[in-house]
Amino acid sequence: MSFINYSSREINCKIVYYGPGLCGKTTNLQYIYAKTNPEAKGKMISLETETERTLFFDFLPLSLGEIRGFKTRFHLYTVPGQVFYDASRKLILKGVDGVVFVADSQVERLDANIESLENLRENLEEQGYDLDKLPYVVQYNKRDLPTAVDAGYLREALNPTNVPDFEAVATTGMGVFDTLKAVAKQVLIELKRGR
Amino acid sequence: MNSQLVLFEEEQKKIVQICDALHRDACAKAVFLVNRDGQMLANSGQTVQMDTTSLASLTAGNIAATGGLAQLLGEKEFAIQFHEGERDNIHISLVGQRVILVIIFDERSSLGLVRLRVRRASNELVKVLEQINAKAAQNPGHTVFDEISDEDIDNLFG
Repeated sequence: MSFINYSSREINCKIVYYGPGLCGKTTNLQYIYAKTNPEAKGKMISLETETERTLFFDFLPLSLGEIRGFKTRFHLYTVPGQVFYDASRKLILKGVDGVVFVADSQVERLDANIESLENLRENLEEQGYDLDKLPYVVQYNKRDLPTAVDAGYLREALNPTNVPDFEAVATTGMGVFDTLKAVAKQVLIELKRGR
Repeated sequence: MNSQLVLFEEEQKKIVQICDALHRDACAKAVFLVNRDGQMLANSGQTVQMDTTSLASLTAGNIAATGGLAQLLGEKEFAIQFHEGERDNIHISLVGQRVILVIIFDERSSLGLVRLRVRRASNELVKVLEQINAKAAQNPGHTVFDEISDEDIDNLFG
């Protein structure tokens, strides 16, 4: 749920990175955090297990500049990707303004991608959202790995509605900011349009 | 789906006044008002040394997780939480199902006093929340975005 504060002249929005376990959601946020000026970001919080798997969420507050004197602030969240954390994923989707689906390009993770995408759609529907009406982009991550499937094939399987999509290698940063900018822009356009 | 929250100067002032009064009357270190999505609406007291953005986000996550637990048990909500530390304590309560009131206090106050003052402040906050809702209903869809062009958005992203 976006929040507009006329007193502090701020527009606040929530973006959620979704996807199967180990697809690189946290790595996306870590790269954004590492490459953003200190004045434009807050502290990154990771609620993780002892083995550094996301337990509840990662959180990164980010400023993307001003529009007509209003600061635009984006709160980036990741969900825990492991299947059994579904209850937590539902909670994090509450109040979402835009979604990034991070797919793992490796052939052995194709089924996990499809399952996670179906799970995203179901969990959104449970809260009254329709993925086809939300600001939404897809990222095909891990393009550098030898078992990465052809991007065209992934597009056919994971992006039938032809939303903006990006090839990425989150560990090196390739495609990370393109993905973020695309979803943030869609969120602002959607807010302007008035949901 | 949740509706957008728009906070105008008039209501913001009232909220800050209520938080200031609660901070004083409850002898608290700090008072925060956060929406359920983890965005800070107002704060009062010794907040300079605190990472208020993280505090807001974690509080909302905490309330969301506790709400999930409540549903599992067939409860509508656990409206109040209290965490006791060695020096500081946190009292968290839901107000009007929409916002979260957080009070941080130490040995200069007590749980009883905080609960008493929170009850009064919550009643006042509910009235302001109703005003915010009424304003939103009178002025549906009117926001700063009426003045923002597609070009402004393009310019933000270079």
